Amino acid sequence: MSHRAEMPVPGPAVHPPVPAAAARGRAPGTLSAASADTVGDSVAVEHLLVHRGKADVLQDISFRIPAGRITGLLGPSGSGKTTLIRALVGVQRITSGQVQVLGLPAGDPALRHDVGYVTQAPSVYRDLNVLDNVRYFGAMHGRSRADALEAVAAVGLDGFLRRRAGDLSGGQFNRVSLACALVAKPKLLFLDEPTVGLDPVLRADLWAQFAQMAAGGTTLVISSHVMEEAGHCDSLLLLREARLLAQLTPAELRRRGGTDDLELAFLRLIQAGEGNQAGPALADADAAGTPKGRGGKR
Amino acid sequence: MNWRMMWATNVRVLQQLKGDPRSIGLIVVVPSVLLAVVYWLYQNETLPPGVPRTFDRVGLMMLAIFPFVVMFLVTSITMLRERTSGTLERLLSTPIHKGDLLFGYALAFSLMAALQSVVATGVAYWVFGMDIRGNAGWVVLVAVVNSVLGVALGLLCSAFATTEFQAVQFMPVVVIPQILLCGLFVARDQMNSVLEAISNVLPLTYSVDALQQIAGHAKATGTMGTDLVVVACFVVAGLLLASLTLRRRTA
Repeated sequence: MSHRAEMPVPGPAVHPPVPAAAARGRAPGTLSAASADTVGDSVAVEHLLVHRGKADVLQDISFRIPAGRITGLLGPSGSGKTTLIRALVGVQRITSGQVQVLGLPAGDPALRHDVGYVTQAPSVYRDLNVLDNVRYFGAMHGRSRADALEAVAAVGLDGFLRRRAGDLSGGQFNRVSLACALVAKPKLLFLDEPTVGLDPVLRADLWAQFAQMAAGGTTLVISSHVMEEAGHCDSLLLLREARLLAQLTPAELRRRGGTDDLELAFLRLIQAGEGNQAGPALADADAAGTPKGRGGKR
Repeated sequence: MNWRMMWATNVRVLQQLKGDPRSIGLIVVVPSVLLAVVYWLYQNETLPPGVPRTFDRVGLMMLAIFPFVVMFLVTSITMLRERTSGTLERLLSTPIHKGDLLFGYALAFSLMAALQSVVATGVAYWVFGMDIRGNAGWVVLVAVVNSVLGVALGLLCSAFATTEFQAVQFMPVVVIPQILLCGLFVARDQMNSVLEAISNVLPLTYSVDALQQIAGHAKATGTMGTDLVVVACFVVAGLLLASLTLRRRTA
């Protein structure tokens, strides 16, 4: 892989043909790199590098995320989405680079009240009932029983308060995990593939809820490998083979890909990107394919 | 330390146990059943007058060993589940302090152990007429301290296991040598010097010694106090080492 020295703004440097587009996809106020530090930005990542063993899991990633928006983190399986989210939450050991969250280094103890993290595999206690799970995680943030009930209602599980989490269906179990994050009322919520394995109705419900939270000022970063979900996001981070391909809006992606089909647009973007690199252009374009019904890792 | 988070963890662990009545039943009933087996095992021994029954010696030691073994197993498996299910990583991304988590666990399991040893000690006294000079309250105290020892070592060992199968395999490594060398089978002063030296650095040795002090003296002795302090130091060291294995940031 050819070495690239600098890449402060991801899109332009990697893909010369579309420099302005990536810039336009960015929120107003974050456009000029010189503008006063992180005002209005919830997340600022500079030259993030993560090695695991000999492999690069993330290579020189830089981007900013404005507050109160939904940012979609999209890319094929194995592109580094989970590692990137873990780095933002501050649970990932990073090799080099800077990750600032709400103006502090990611993982700073002062952030633990403000940052919520929903892992891809639902991380709740199977042998506790729904309410006890949510109350326990709520207790870590000094939240009351009423807060817990509210969070359970928000994910539509108020009919299952006393049900053991392990006895619920996969989709319901997922939502218990989400409620355990919502109860903390975080300013910044990271969700790793929250809609995997959910039926279309539930998915729509959840996206509506995310939009509502964003309207209320919460910043959400949501990863997905299903490109059609990208349409729900204000801004997209496209990840491919450990690199940030582009940061843009869904509309921008459609325009650059020359199609309304976000999945196809992503594919074309990848192909264009590979055309610019010395490597074989179409060799593994299908690796970016996003099988829709794929079950999540459990 | 934050008392609310520690208490919440304690309540959560007990709630998990509550949802599993079979485990509670096994924890409470099994020691008494095994005591009965030991009692009948030595039922027909003939003793010269004035010599205490073997049951009084062996049964007493078993009262301290049960909670140690049971809590070691229960804790290492529960903690391993916590690590593999992702709940640990999630917890460590919240404001909880590692100490709150570990002490919450230790508190919940020592409450269970107290229940277990009250039942087992009661059975030993009233059903099988265990005859020792000291106060039964001290026996329960030693049993509870021992259970916390099991919790501390279990928390520590769970860090070195990646599957529940491995976690169970730590029992022969960590628990059985201590049972062999604690003085239950052969008095420690009759062991060869190597084994005796090893037994000197194993915590269970000190709990068993404390029990022998209780058995032989009507009043609490200084030796018993020292023994309990030594075991408590092992507990603190175990919990400290265990807290080092809880990492907020992983590769």
